[in-house]
Amino acid sequence: MIDLTLLSDGGMGWLDASGPHSDLVLSTRVRLARNLAGRVFGVRNAAEDRSQVLETVSGAAREVPQLERAMLFRLDQLTPTDRQLLHERHLVSKEIAALEGAGHRAVRTSSALLVQDDVGVMVNEEDHLRLQGLKSGFDLTAAYQVVDGVDNELGQRLAFAFHPEFGYLTSCPTNVGTGLRASVLIHLPGLVLTKEISKVLQGLSQVGLTFRGLYGEGSEVVGNFFQLSNQTTLGKSEFDLLDHLSKMVQQVIAYEEQARQVLLRDAPAVIEDKVWRAYALLRYARSLSFEETMNLLSGVRLGVGLDLIPGLSLYALNKLLVHTQPAHLVASTGARASAEVAIERATYVRTILDAEADRLSA
Amino acid sequence: MDCQQCHEREAVVHLTQIVDDAVTTVHLCERCAAEKGIESAEEVAKSPLGSLLATVGKDVGAGIPETAGLGHLECPECKATLQDFRDLGRLGCSECYATFARPLRELLRRLHGSTHHLGEHYTPPGVPGPVDADARVRELREQLKRAIETENFERAAEVRDQLRALE
Repeated sequence: MIDLTLLSDGGMGWLDASGPHSDLVLSTRVRLARNLAGRVFGVRNAAEDRSQVLETVSGAAREVPQLERAMLFRLDQLTPTDRQLLHERHLVSKEIAALEGAGHRAVRTSSALLVQDDVGVMVNEEDHLRLQGLKSGFDLTAAYQVVDGVDNELGQRLAFAFHPEFGYLTSCPTNVGTGLRASVLIHLPGLVLTKEISKVLQGLSQVGLTFRGLYGEGSEVVGNFFQLSNQTTLGKSEFDLLDHLSKMVQQVIAYEEQARQVLLRDAPAVIEDKVWRAYALLRYARSLSFEETMNLLSGVRLGVGLDLIPGLSLYALNKLLVHTQPAHLVASTGARASAEVAIERATYVRTILDAEADRLSA
Repeated sequence: MDCQQCHEREAVVHLTQIVDDAVTTVHLCERCAAEKGIESAEEVAKSPLGSLLATVGKDVGAGIPETAGLGHLECPECKATLQDFRDLGRLGCSECYATFARPLRELLRRLHGSTHHLGEHYTPPGVPGPVDADARVRELREQLKRAIETENFERAAEVRDQLRALE
């Protein structure tokens, strides 16, 4: 198993729930797609090109303050479980981790991840570089500042592919221009329970935003977690893209809060029963599937947000979200069969919830 | 509902826009909408590019228009052809953008509603690019003039915005 202990919170500083609106928004991410000028893009290049790209980028990264202490993970030298682990931490995309589909595509040679604090750089994804800034809670400005700083530093040392008309050139035309994709991972159980969610999501698509599941592109929605992000990258400035997303997310937050108030007003007993049942199952179950865990955690998180369950910290809930994921359990317990993993998952959840309860009574 | 533009035909396009933080909806008939360069969802679905609006990813390339005589276009740098892009949905290198600029613009307009980058302007290290703001303004004025002469008003509006931002 790879050792992530040298990274603060294993590359997940956002776990501490210190950012704005942390009860609703887990994390905010801004990523910039960049390619090196004069080099063939990721889908058509040869192993030799990719190894040169990695060498060039990691060389430049060592001179950049935000990356000088960065850990480098060679994805092509990791096991599928370790690659999935990094993906479950939102540090690498499904594409670069080669987790796409059922039959695992061979991982691209020289594909790598550089990570230091809240900055990550994927090298040899479909674009040569994917820079990302990751922040706790709802904080687009901070996430952009982080990644913009790294972009400026790297851009002075590497020549990025840039065209006066099309902007930053990317492998896929859906990313061209700013190369910027900002996304906010938000928990919307109120809108799901009041059945308002489809209306809200439809509204977002009409204003140029898109939503995805917990793991980004092509993933399903589990545990009422949605990733809201900008759909277009060209024809608007970075500021406008972020500003637009920010305003819309603020709207969604207001709708979610409204929906929660409606639930409390119209069906307080039902909601209270629901969140406590979720808590009870998590606290005492002996075997839990991933999906069931996500849904129960969603219920408990709602209970914490509504002050129905006292004393449970968001940090503990965030930790549970991360460490109950399949690759995390496989890596930490060595369990293989899914029945075994389900038992280990329940054990882990119990341990954390027991510790939280002890902390409260102490 | 009548079209808000001509008040003759029935409105079939209902466009919701956000202007100065206020949500406004305009109702137009297909013809008036087309004049404004807006396509109804139905129209888009009918076109071969419709599918790409619903999906992003590998299908993107399918959105490249079939333009006579361009089928054999090949990028001099990476040897990718337009057909490769149609199949893969990914471009091969920077030079592809120049080689396939014409059909790409059409695709970009559909994907992003624009063909021009309005974000940060980047100058690679060691390149004496348009760091001089005056030179950049002169260059943009020239572009604006050309856009108006060729009646490319969309481009003209974008250049005008860029100029405003600089001046």
